[in-house]
Amino acid sequence: MSYHFEFGWLLQYYPEIIKGILITLELIAVGGVLGISLGIFCAWVRALGPIWLKPVVAAYVELIRNTPFLIQLFFIFFGLPSLGLQLSELTAANLAMVINLGAYSCEIIRAGIQATPKGQFEAGESLAMTRFETFRHVVLVPSLQRIWPALSSQVVIVMLGSAVVSQIAAEDLTFAANFIQSRTFRAFEAYIVSTSIYLALAILLRQVLGLIGLSIFPRRAAR
Amino acid sequence: MITFTLWDILRNLLLATRWTILLSLVSFIGGGMVGLCLLFLRISRRKAARVFAKYYIELFQGTPLLMQLFIAFFGLGLFGIDVPAWLAAGLALILWSAAFLSEIWRGCVEAVARGQWEASASLGMGRLQQLRYVVLPQALRIAIPPTVGFSVQIIKGTALTSIIGFVELSKAGTVVTNATFQPFTVYGLVALIYFALCWPLSKSSQILERKLNVAHRNH
Repeated sequence: MSYHFEFGWLLQYYPEIIKGILITLELIAVGGVLGISLGIFCAWVRALGPIWLKPVVAAYVELIRNTPFLIQLFFIFFGLPSLGLQLSELTAANLAMVINLGAYSCEIIRAGIQATPKGQFEAGESLAMTRFETFRHVVLVPSLQRIWPALSSQVVIVMLGSAVVSQIAAEDLTFAANFIQSRTFRAFEAYIVSTSIYLALAILLRQVLGLIGLSIFPRRAAR
Repeated sequence: MITFTLWDILRNLLLATRWTILLSLVSFIGGGMVGLCLLFLRISRRKAARVFAKYYIELFQGTPLLMQLFIAFFGLGLFGIDVPAWLAAGLALILWSAAFLSEIWRGCVEAVARGQWEASASLGMGRLQQLRYVVLPQALRIAIPPTVGFSVQIIKGTALTSIIGFVELSKAGTVVTNATFQPFTVYGLVALIYFALCWPLSKSSQILERKLNVAHRNH
């Protein structure tokens, strides 16, 4: 059987596609900023934090890293309401992304912190910096610089993983593709176009994160 | 109305876990074989082969696994091929994991010192012999921990096949939830079963990394 590709009619669905792209971008922006912040906090706890908090963070990281994102999403969206915590689709999706990226970025950032020579801590102390100041200025920034490429690819992976949030009816790009598919029965075109958009977004996101890295860590360019 | 005890729920989930394990094994083995072919293309001397492998990897790593599943499931059907969910699921997961495994292994091959290639070339070995007798045995040792680590990603990836209707652990979770109206318990149990599958692998990957690294340092 021969199949005739027709992409033209997809144009009439451009509002849905644009909306989907925007929601996917919103998810990764919120997930990225809050997730990495959570990751930094957890990495601090695991490397230098109070003893009693360490097992809690370790359990969180292991639990999230060893279960599928889909199940985390379902647990938050369908499971939590029975505890009286009802979330909208988009809030649940955002929360799941933050929790997921938080666990992964914690491990990556911790690796960066552990690679910091002990002398750096001592040097910070000898300059009469408090523990927090030493962490903030002497340890954290060079650590982030060291692991920025790994962190960037994790953010891209999480962005691609966000396709799953369409399953709780959050209206992201995949949701738009499914919507078009169910209206027109033109599955191939709808999915090929949305897959290409994802590919373009992934390439774009990698470039943007590279540029952000260069602007946060200017010394890297000088080296 | 039938009431479900906790044991009923757990039993149904565990029965479905068999399919998660089977699909993971198929994807891992199939993905490994395709990935090995891709690896050879990726480090080949022919530019066309390298470029093909590069774009293949870029395509499969740069798009969501869910979309790949959709294209395999809905897309192939349009060509008149009747695609059952398990076939689409297996195919998409094999192609997807091949891209990641070959990229992991390429890193390991490149970690083998350049001089090893040159030394074996100076012994008059052909390119394939160099790979077979000198480089791969060394790369293999570096490759074990990240490969075991990636198997966790495969197990988690199989959860997505529930969306195209393959009945494995996640799908069983949804079905049981619809029957019992206990999403909190069911998805909690599903998460625990996934954890029980994945955590030993993650842990052994870490341990292997430490062990093999120590051996490496003694060289």
